[in-house]
Amino acid sequence: MPITPYPISKSPLDSSAVWRATPGLRQFALLGLSIALLGAFLASLALGSVAIPLSEVITILQGGEPSQTSWLYIVLTLRLPRALTAILAGAALAVSGLQMQTLFRNPLAEPFILGISAGASLGVALVTLATGTVGALAGLGWFGHLGLTGAAISGAAVVMSLVWVIGRRIRHNTTLLILGLMFGYVASAIVSVLIHFGAPEQVQLYLNWTFGSFSNVNGQQLAVLATVVGVGLIIAYFLSKPLNALLLGEAYARSMGLSVTVARYWVIASAALLAGTTTAYCGPIAFLGIAVPHLCRALFRTADHRVLLPACLLLGGLLALLADCVARLPGSDISLPLNAVTALIGAPTVMWILLHQGQRVEPASA
Amino acid sequence: MKPVLETCDLAIGYSSPVRRRVAEHIAVQLWPGELVCLLGPNGAGKSTLLRTLARMQRPLAGQVRLQGEDMGQLKPRDLARRLSVVLTERVEVNRLTVAALVALGRYPYTEWSGQLSAADDKIIHWALQTVGIVELAHRSETELSDGERQKAMLARALAQEPTVLILDEPTAFLDLPRRVVIMNTLRRLAREGNYAILLSTHDLDLALRCADRIWLLPLQGAVQVGAPEDLVLTGALQSVFQSEGVEFDPYTGSFKLSQPTVGRVALSGDGLPRLWTERALERAGFCLDERTAAVRITVTVDTTGLLWWIDWDNSRLECRSLLELVARLTAGK
Repeated sequence: MPITPYPISKSPLDSSAVWRATPGLRQFALLGLSIALLGAFLASLALGSVAIPLSEVITILQGGEPSQTSWLYIVLTLRLPRALTAILAGAALAVSGLQMQTLFRNPLAEPFILGISAGASLGVALVTLATGTVGALAGLGWFGHLGLTGAAISGAAVVMSLVWVIGRRIRHNTTLLILGLMFGYVASAIVSVLIHFGAPEQVQLYLNWTFGSFSNVNGQQLAVLATVVGVGLIIAYFLSKPLNALLLGEAYARSMGLSVTVARYWVIASAALLAGTTTAYCGPIAFLGIAVPHLCRALFRTADHRVLLPACLLLGGLLALLADCVARLPGSDISLPLNAVTALIGAPTVMWILLHQGQRVEPASA
Repeated sequence: MKPVLETCDLAIGYSSPVRRRVAEHIAVQLWPGELVCLLGPNGAGKSTLLRTLARMQRPLAGQVRLQGEDMGQLKPRDLARRLSVVLTERVEVNRLTVAALVALGRYPYTEWSGQLSAADDKIIHWALQTVGIVELAHRSETELSDGERQKAMLARALAQEPTVLILDEPTAFLDLPRRVVIMNTLRRLAREGNYAILLSTHDLDLALRCADRIWLLPLQGAVQVGAPEDLVLTGALQSVFQSEGVEFDPYTGSFKLSQPTVGRVALSGDGLPRLWTERALERAGFCLDERTAAVRITVTVDTTGLLWWIDWDNSRLECRSLLELVARLTAGK
């Protein structure tokens, strides 16, 4: 067959379509995930220490009066912010995890790889452990949490800014990755020192924050969380195409016309907004950020970020909601640490899925 | 006709951590429709030159001109539409199908979301077809063999619709048949598609057979350009590849191990058996000498197949294989 430069004449039958993936199937799967997310959302409003019938929950959401007035408070003030926080946090962590795994071409990369959680932890540790006012802060309810949140945001922001500023001088992503890890070690080391000298009740307060929780966010904070996560997700959406190019590595991405340095700024900015804010409000929630992208790749059988991004968003939100439901132990008054639940239930699930996919499953990239 | 890619007094190398010039005063031209092989010993700067020509690193001095324009001034997307590369780095992305990989070649043409148009689809299909991997389109990139992966990367580069195609050692890691297939495809692309193709290789033999032109990059001194045969006849290849223990043999166009002569033999026989007997003797360190050698080897054939006689001082030994022949000669030298 002679080679001619494109364009060449071809019969319409001959072109494309044959090898094209099945977008219909993927849209169907995304729709399924959306429905599951909606179901989990309603379930999380209905279940808890008090079970509220689903029909009543829907009535409340539509602005109606439930048969018991206490339910109104439970659903709107306690459970709704918590469920929305879970969805936002899960989506944010999953999407930022996806971005980090692609940017660093490392299947073990996660949202906190650049020291975001270490920075936030340091901020919280400084507030809870290094100051004598911690008891007062904790006793002040929402104000106390605002203090913790503010500290976490500041800590995460400081580390991210350092990485960002230094990242300008760095050409290779691997160097940046190692730098981020080193920042993390330094922050963790300082936290260890603070814990070592901290009073037991201060240490307890710090540890409670590290367990992770979706229940410490009130309506106003939720608005902030939703706005920042929304901005992060929008940036991430516009980064789908550059991330696809980065799958082949920086050199190829550059050769296809991508300004790798610019793209990297935006990826880091987006991931920092998503993971940093989430960590500030909910604590360092492990596992979702690293696992959800792998699950989505396995479920959707694609590496295309235009598919993976909405998939991670939906599945991340769904899994965070489910983890929160389990952590609250519906029907009881006790609850488990969120981080324990995400890992205890999530890790075996991921193992099972990966092993049952057979030999072909390998890390995102090598 | 004008060259699509040319350099003016180009100096290549690294500026950090220390400034190091790898080569300088490079003035080369790449023409449309030609396949150029870049040859040179390790450390001469083949990859550095390719990377500089593809604007993956900055020149230390001088200029690279792409279709008459200063390459340094081109916008990334503009450059990507004219020049594409196949690199040595191994790309393995899980869940990436060959079709999706090739589709990435459309990157400089699609708008912000990366949505492919029907025209893009056609070009992707054409690229797959040209390289001969349409049937691999649905396969995951991680399942491919080295040869198939190299073809997929070539198809991706073609989907970029370049004028210039630069490949860094595209035949490394491949076995001989697959190396020939890749080189043949590239040759056809240059001839029939009018692409300007530049590739670096260590495969001297194949380069001498396939290239329209060779850029020879010595460890020291200026780049030498010419038809493969010119460079053999002027002795340029010999001098560039001269090193201890290995020498370029202008008669065969390949490398020869230079080793001390262990003995002299005379050889009778003809055809293919003679040729390979010569090779075996040369490998063992014997040199052919019709006049003074005391030992004569005769290649002949009987009812059971090939057979070699070793004659000396009125004695005769019979060998049934070259392995045996070499063993006896070495033992009795």
